[in-house]
Amino acid sequence: MPNNVKQDTDGAWSPKIVAFVCNWCTYTGADLAGTSRLKMEANVRVIRLACSSRVNPLFIIKAFERGADGVIVSGCHTGDCHYSTGNYYARRRFAILRDLLQFMGVDDDRVTFSWVSASEGNKWQEVVNETTDRVRALGALHAPLQEKGGERP
Amino acid sequence: MKELQELAAKLLADGAVQVVLGYEEGPRGVRPAFITDPAQAGRLVFDARCVQNLATYLNPRRKHIVQLGKPAVVVKGCDARAIAGLVRERQIARASVVVIAMRCGGVLQRAEENAALSSETTAARCAGCDAREPKLYDYILGELPPDPPVNASRAEKIALLEKMTPAQRKSFWDEELSRCIRCHACREACPMCFCVQCTAERALPQWIDPSPTLHANRAWQMMRVLHQAGRCVDCLECERACPEDIPLGLFARYIAGAVETRFGYKACDDPAVPAPLGVFSTEDGEEFIR
Repeated sequence: MPNNVKQDTDGAWSPKIVAFVCNWCTYTGADLAGTSRLKMEANVRVIRLACSSRVNPLFIIKAFERGADGVIVSGCHTGDCHYSTGNYYARRRFAILRDLLQFMGVDDDRVTFSWVSASEGNKWQEVVNETTDRVRALGALHAPLQEKGGERP
Repeated sequence: MKELQELAAKLLADGAVQVVLGYEEGPRGVRPAFITDPAQAGRLVFDARCVQNLATYLNPRRKHIVQLGKPAVVVKGCDARAIAGLVRERQIARASVVVIAMRCGGVLQRAEENAALSSETTAARCAGCDAREPKLYDYILGELPPDPPVNASRAEKIALLEKMTPAQRKSFWDEELSRCIRCHACREACPMCFCVQCTAERALPQWIDPSPTLHANRAWQMMRVLHQAGRCVDCLECERACPEDIPLGLFARYIAGAVETRFGYKACDDPAVPAPLGVFSTEDGEEFIR
């Protein structure tokens, strides 16, 4: 994975955002956004998972550790989960993860938790654009990974 | 103390248990003791220096202790919560251990000090303790001593951190966690870290870089804290075990606070209360979901 490709075509820094989405709602919603030709920022890399409760909080920690500047986690609205209760469990986990990220000093605006259903292509567009704007305003989370060996005093 | 020694000797002599996990006088203060012979029960002590959480030895991944046979364990109220946690998470059966609870008047920060309890020497976890007389026990000994002095250092530090900006908090933790040498003593001391194989030691896929770089240290501690959310019993063995004096107790307290505010769960010594992250409510708050 090329970790240091973080540039727009004009050479300016551009955030790298990873989205963990559920197969049944958000992925289909994102698909709808695409087939509807909605204009979206191209900074988001979508990773499709079976359910939002498949999102291990470690995925998000790992994404940040490996150089992501922002993360989106999205699944079905509560009550609409394909597996009935997956997103309720996920919601508890995300709540704790969000609190911990805040305590560790990761700005709240870098992580977006959102429910996007299969028919909400417009909402997906908004989530992507808003998150990218917020992360762009905050700047890069870490120094580039190439400096990894040099950071220990 | 006499009471405790007699009980231990009796349990061992009757064959009710094969080993008593307690505290004994060591060269550097009080240390854990494994008594298998009733004649040796006189070695047991219990006072304010008994800071260690012996429930950690019940953890089923400690095979060498399991081999000793059925244990009786000397616990304080805070340690009894760890036993309840292990029972709650189906790691041990309640009947497989004899719990000897001690009414506790607070403990010191370090087992090697022999100071009087004061607002500086008392362990931070004793502040606001509501488990000085545990409810989970087979035998309960001692008189309930008066409330210990309050060491507010940890609560003050958390309040300070919460007032900081995200960037300030990040630099605080960067400074603390850059000292981490990844010895994993925090995990080894923890009574509630019971995975057979730790995610930090998985190579395929490698979740956490094993080298002690700041990126990896941060990921390691976040993983550990997340896995402890709703499990942590706030015994602070992680902080005590840390050779680099990283204030891991801040994580413990903060995440326990978050779990309590969000899900109304507080670490308790009732194994029937479900683990908060293993259940859900349709009413859970979702103010953070955009």
